[in-house]
Amino acid sequence: MADPMKIRASLKGDVADIRVLVSHPMENGQRKDNAGNTVPAHYIQTMTVEIGGKPVIQGQVGTAVSRNPVFGFKVKGAKAGDKVVIKWRDNKGETRSDEAAVA
Amino acid sequence: MDMIRRTVLKGIGASGVLSAALAAGVLKPTQVFAAEEWNKAAFEAKDLGAALKAIGAAAPAESKDIVLGAPEIAENGAVVPITVTSNIPNTAYIALFALKNPLPLTCSFDFAEGAQGDIQVRIRLAETTAVRAVVKTADGKFFSTQKEVKVTVGGCGG
Repeated sequence: MADPMKIRASLKGDVADIRVLVSHPMENGQRKDNAGNTVPAHYIQTMTVEIGGKPVIQGQVGTAVSRNPVFGFKVKGAKAGDKVVIKWRDNKGETRSDEAAVA
Repeated sequence: MDMIRRTVLKGIGASGVLSAALAAGVLKPTQVFAAEEWNKAAFEAKDLGAALKAIGAAAPAESKDIVLGAPEIAENGAVVPITVTSNIPNTAYIALFALKNPLPLTCSFDFAEGAQGDIQVRIRLAETTAVRAVVKTADGKFFSTQKEVKVTVGGCGG
């Protein structure tokens, strides 16, 4: 199981500024290790952001997103205390879901 | 065993438990979005034209209302911070391309109610390239803008 995401959601007016740091190797399938073997691709493909129980953003991700990716989103109409749930799924079928509250 | 099975079947059949579950979004959590599945064709397209075609945007109109934030010079191609802010009303989708990457489509985001057309992401760039953001509005129109990023050390292989 991958490490937890770090999610920060801060409210500016009625817009929640959501930042998430995902812990993931994001191997693009082209990199070689020290022994010269190609490291197989292992990367996040889809992610969703839910706020207050409603899905608001669906992301599709390819191999060109950096290792331990950082994403930033803005969602209008959020209130302090709303629960932010972020989920991802990678090409090996691994998933992870983490949550935080809008502050 | 049989008892349990019967109870379960009864439960589902009798009183719309299933439809209630559907309505509550238990069985289909995120049907809000048009594209649920990872767009394999778009992500595996090897040039911009094919990738644009795969997301249904054959010829997006150039627009100054998309603000693409990218460094002019990226020393490390493995981590290039990009921001895309769309000032186009009803932005429903943003896709980000790196034209000279082996696979140009880097990521795309669909927005539902409340989500702003404003994203921040860190991508890999193989070499000096133009980065292109494509925006789709809720009524299906495509707009686009691009910016050149110089890369000192590429971030794809090794």
